[in-house]
Amino acid sequence: MPRKSYRQAINEALRQEMRRDPNVIILGEDVAGGQGASGEAGGVGGVFGVTGGLYKEFGPERVLDTPISESAIIGAASGAAVTGMRPVAEIMFVDFVGVCFDQIYNQAAKFRYMFGGKAKTPMVIRTMIGAGFRAGAQHSQTLHPLFTMVPGLKVVMPSNAYDAKGLMIQAIRDDDPVVFMESKVLYDTEGEVPDEAYRIPFGEARVAREGRDLTFVAFGPMVPRALAVAEALAKDGVSVEVIDPRTTSPLDEDAILESVEKTGRLVVIDESPPRCSMASDIAGLVSDKGFKFLKAPIKAVTCPHTPVPFAPNLEDEFLPNPRRIEAAARAVLAS
Amino acid sequence: MQLSREDLKRAYERMFTIRAFEERVDKEFALGNIPGFAHVYLGQEAAGVGVCFDLTDDDYIGSTHRGHGHCIAKGCDVKGMMLEIMGKAGGLCGGKGGSMHIADMTKGMLGANAIVGGSPPIAVGAALTQKLKKTGRVAVAFSGDGASNQGTTFEALNMAVVLGAPAIFAFENNGYGEHTAASYAVGAPSIAERARSFGMPAEVVDGSDFFAVREAMGRALERGRAGEGPYALEIVCSRFLGHFVGDPQAYRLPEELAQARANDPLPRFRKGVTETGLLEDADLDAIEAQVLALIEEAVAAGLAAPQPALSTLEQDVYVRY
Repeated sequence: MPRKSYRQAINEALRQEMRRDPNVIILGEDVAGGQGASGEAGGVGGVFGVTGGLYKEFGPERVLDTPISESAIIGAASGAAVTGMRPVAEIMFVDFVGVCFDQIYNQAAKFRYMFGGKAKTPMVIRTMIGAGFRAGAQHSQTLHPLFTMVPGLKVVMPSNAYDAKGLMIQAIRDDDPVVFMESKVLYDTEGEVPDEAYRIPFGEARVAREGRDLTFVAFGPMVPRALAVAEALAKDGVSVEVIDPRTTSPLDEDAILESVEKTGRLVVIDESPPRCSMASDIAGLVSDKGFKFLKAPIKAVTCPHTPVPFAPNLEDEFLPNPRRIEAAARAVLAS
Repeated sequence: MQLSREDLKRAYERMFTIRAFEERVDKEFALGNIPGFAHVYLGQEAAGVGVCFDLTDDDYIGSTHRGHGHCIAKGCDVKGMMLEIMGKAGGLCGGKGGSMHIADMTKGMLGANAIVGGSPPIAVGAALTQKLKKTGRVAVAFSGDGASNQGTTFEALNMAVVLGAPAIFAFENNGYGEHTAASYAVGAPSIAERARSFGMPAEVVDGSDFFAVREAMGRALERGRAGEGPYALEIVCSRFLGHFVGDPQAYRLPEELAQARANDPLPRFRKGVTETGLLEDADLDAIEAQVLALIEEAVAAGLAAPQPALSTLEQDVYVRY
C-alpha cells in the first residue's frame, strides 16, 4: 500500500471529494494564496500546504481565498451549507476561533435544532491544533473541549494519515457541521494510505494497541506519544492497551468502557488544560458507567492550567511528555 | 414599475398582516400567552414588505431578533408562526425556536436571529451559493442600525464585495439599538455611507413609504440578479414600541413617539392608493377584515395547540449522531 503523509492524506481526501461532488468548495485565508499579487495565484495552498494544488485543478470558484475575516468565513460557509453547498472552511489556527465563535456555536451548530429539524448544515471547519512549534500562546492551543461541549457540532481528531483521509471524507459527506482538527506536528508523519476513497465512521474508536494491564485513552497528537510509552513499558512486561477515540463528538463510550473492563486501569492523555477537558469527561464517564471495573484511581496526563508558553523548555514541559505519561502509568499500576 | 391592483392589494395585505399580528402578539404577551421575549415590528411594515415584495421563495433572507415582520413579508404561514411564538407543537420550528428563531427553509427564510449581526455573514454564504450555482437569485441580510456597528457586519460587507456575492444588505434604521439612539451609536454620518465605503452601491430610503422601498430594492435586485455583486439599503423607519414588548420607553419623549405614529406607513399607503384611484377604501377594508379573521384563527389555534411532546427534546440536534 502506498505511504503518504498526514498532509497528503488530507489533500487527497479534499481532491477526491471535490472531483466527486461539485457542491464541495473550499474557502479560507490563503487556501489558494497569491490572489491579487504580482505573481501567479494558487501557489501557496494553505500556510502548511494542505490545500496545495487544489486551486490549479478546481479554479477560483471552488477554492476561494477570503479576506482575514473569520466570522465571515464561517458565516459564508454555514449560509452556503444550508442553501445546498458542502463547504470546507479553514480557520487557519484553532486559536483564531475566538473571533468567530458566535458563527460556529450560536449559528451553524444550532440551525437544525432551532429550526425544528428542517435545516441541514453540511460543512467542515478545518483547523490546526497543537503546541510544539514554539509559536506562543495564540498559535498553539488544542481547543477540542470547547467544540465537544457544543450540541450540534461533531469533532474529529485524526492521529495518523490513514485516519485523516477516511475521517475527512466522512466529514465532507456528513450532513452535520464538523470541526476537523489537524495536528501540526503530525503533518509530516507517514502511514499506509489507500489511493481510493474510503470513509471512517464517526464515533468508532480505534484500538491502536491491544493490552491487558492498563488502558491509555489518547487524542490526536497524543496517540503516537501514548504508543511510544506503551512500547517502552512493554519492555518491562507491562501490557498497555491504547484507545484512540478518533472523534470526541460523538464519543465511542463503549470502546473505552470495554477496554477498562478488561484492564481495570485507566490513564487519559490529552493535550489541553485539565479542567472541563476530555480527561475529566472520560474520568467522569468511567466513574459513572465503569466504576466496578476499576482496580485503581483514574489518572489524567494533561497540560497544566496555563496558556501555552513560548520558551522551548517551558513548552516541552507544558505538553504531556513521555516522562509524565510513564509516571502516571506506574502510579496506576502500583495502586 | 407599475403595480397592478392585485399587487397593491397583496402589498397592503402583507403590511396589514404584520400590523395585526404584532398588535396581537403585544396583547397575548401581556396576557401571559407568549413565553420569553418578543420584539415587535410595528411601524416598520413598509420596510420588510417593500424589500421582500419582488423576491421569490428561491431567494433567501436572513433576519433579526425583530423578525416576525420579515417572516410574514417573505410568505411564512401566520398560524405556524403564532404557534411557534407560543411554543406549541405544530409551530414552524416545532416550538424549538420561538420568536427569535423562526425559520422556514421552504420560503427561503433563513431564520430570525437573536444575535445582533448574526445574519449578515450567513446571508453572504446564501448569496455565494446563488453565485456558484448561477441561479440569478439573491440573499438579503436584514439588520438594524445596531447591527451596522457589529464587526461581523463589517466582515460580511467586505466579503460580499470580495467574492462578488449577490447579497443585499437591508439596514433598517429605526433610530434605536435597544435603548440607545442610532444618532449616538452609529459613528458614521449614515449607514449607507458606511456601506458604500466597503465598495458597494448604497442608498438611503424612506422606510415608511412602501413604494420607495420597493423601488430601491428593485435597483438592488437588478444588480444582484445580473451577478454584479452586493448592494446596501439604509431604510429609515420608526419603531412604534420599545425594544421589547413591555419596554416603557422612558428614554423617548412623547413628541417623538407621536411623530413616529404620524409617519405610519399603513395610512400613508391607503391615502396614496385611494387618492390616485388605484384602490377603493372598501378594497382595503375587506383585506383588513380578512386578515383580522386569520389572526383570530391563528391565536385560537395557538392557544388550543398542545405543547411539544417531551420526546422531541433530544430530537434534531444532528441529522445523524
